[in-house]
Amino acid sequence: MRPFQFHCPSSAAEALQKHSRDQKTHYLGGGTNLIDLMKEDVERPDHLIEVADLPFKEITQTANGGLMLGATLNNNKTANHRLVRKNFPLLTMAMLSAATEQIRNMATNGGNLLQRTRCPYYFETSMPCNKREPGSGCGALNGANSKSAIFGWSESCVATHPSDMCVALAALNAKVHVEQADGSSRVIPFTEFHRLPGDQPEKDTNLETGELITGIELPKSEFPDHYYYYKVRERSSYAFALVSAAVGLQMQGNTIIKAGLALGKVAHKPWKLENVERFLEGKEASLSTFEAAAELAFEDAQPLSKNEYKIELGKKTLVQALVRAAARS
Amino acid sequence: MKPSNQPSSQDRKLGKEEEQLLDDLGIFGQSRRTFLNQMSAAGISLMAVPYFTSDMFAQAPKAPDLDPESLLNALEVNLKINGDTYPLQVDSRMTLLDALRERLNLTGSKKGCDHGQCGACTVLIDGKRKLSCLTLSATCKDKEITTVEGLAQGTDLHPVQAAFLKHDGFQCGYCTPGQICSAVSLLDEAKRGEVSYVTENVKDEVTQLSDKEIRERMSGNICRCGAYNNIVQAIQEVHSGKAEMPRWEFATEQELEASRTAE
Repeated sequence: MRPFQFHCPSSAAEALQKHSRDQKTHYLGGGTNLIDLMKEDVERPDHLIEVADLPFKEITQTANGGLMLGATLNNNKTANHRLVRKNFPLLTMAMLSAATEQIRNMATNGGNLLQRTRCPYYFETSMPCNKREPGSGCGALNGANSKSAIFGWSESCVATHPSDMCVALAALNAKVHVEQADGSSRVIPFTEFHRLPGDQPEKDTNLETGELITGIELPKSEFPDHYYYYKVRERSSYAFALVSAAVGLQMQGNTIIKAGLALGKVAHKPWKLENVERFLEGKEASLSTFEAAAELAFEDAQPLSKNEYKIELGKKTLVQALVRAAARS
Repeated sequence: MKPSNQPSSQDRKLGKEEEQLLDDLGIFGQSRRTFLNQMSAAGISLMAVPYFTSDMFAQAPKAPDLDPESLLNALEVNLKINGDTYPLQVDSRMTLLDALRERLNLTGSKKGCDHGQCGACTVLIDGKRKLSCLTLSATCKDKEITTVEGLAQGTDLHPVQAAFLKHDGFQCGYCTPGQICSAVSLLDEAKRGEVSYVTENVKDEVTQLSDKEIRERMSGNICRCGAYNNIVQAIQEVHSGKAEMPRWEFATEQELEASRTAE
């Protein structure tokens, strides 16, 4: 690991102020991704600013009946919080499908949003990767791309976003609260937080340099009863998804009133299915409806040389998640 | 193949290293004969475990003081480990695992993958299981750290340690300190009613863990020897409070004899 200066600010204002613009600086949350990448020599910061102990550790009810999740609260505490389990069980399920108890005890909510891709070319410094080293090329485009994207990729990057939590947050229409160096703050809708690679794959998100995530806002709970996070992976625990589906349904009898849907590990960002949500609204819950929804969801998929299987797998994953969500009573 | 006709353990001549090990363990005279009767030399390391005490670890040599000039971006940290406070000057890059093993001679926590993939370095930080290989020492100020060395009360093993011995929850033992710290934390998580991905409905609290729940919750601790069944049994016994028969037992003299003479 390369040498770096460590800073331990006692407030967000101090953290924002310490964020140096002329030298490579990272905020350090739980470190479960960043420290590993530093050991791999992929990340080479000059400064680390510890933010894991900053006072954003509360979960509070918002005026409009939603929840604000503190950015520095850890993933396990968040997933197991009474109000999250009761009102946003989809989020609990998605968060607990990720990693392990140890890692979730360390990982912060803000950090989860900022985790980097698991594309092997990103980790292997002897290989080309535009995300790690802009301009060096994409090794995965015509290489080992069986786990790469099938939606929204570009010639410069086919990486996927690895988070489970973020897939549920996309389905739930969350918002990200951030603070800027000048003390002002802004709110970013979840679908606009992460970005597609385009010709700047080194940028995973639309955060500006030095901006600090302070909280994640969940709107009023719409799917407390009919929910499912279905994660398909190569072993049954402690593995990243091949494909995952987050489903929240609001039902009246057997009729779907409202749907919140997103897919994971198919694109550079959590893949929100707005057109499929609209398609399902007002329809009767049935296997044929769900199969039609899955066809629609994968209509625009563009597989690479080794990941065509993700289309069939993805359709079945979405159907299974819909069936299980609808069947809950 | 005909097995070699080995003398039984009590009259077998011990090697110099074996003699030394038994001397170090303080096992002499009748105890030594009893001890040897219980086992073959190959199993000495296994049976030796309960004879190790914190006193023995305390005799480990002290880490040499580092020249502060050799540290880059040095930081002062007071590490509170197992109830003791260790003032330490560390390089900003030094992980908690390296501080424990290389600076404080607390080598119970193991370095397996050093990338957060195996769980061998699991320790408790403020009572929560975490990975010491991905934790910078600099972030541990004012935190209470418990390592596997801090679980026993003197010579009284922690119930999870005793259950691992009883149920043979290991073979080579390398992952064991991490497994045990992880299991100790798991018991607390269950008491708080925490749920997991395999919980049928995450809206309900879970306080009685099925074996399936234990497996999911222990998935961050990889055992290369594959002692998983016994690990789950050991944890389930402590969690449920219901004593279970171990799946193994020492061979009887007759069985040993039979195996010696078998074709």
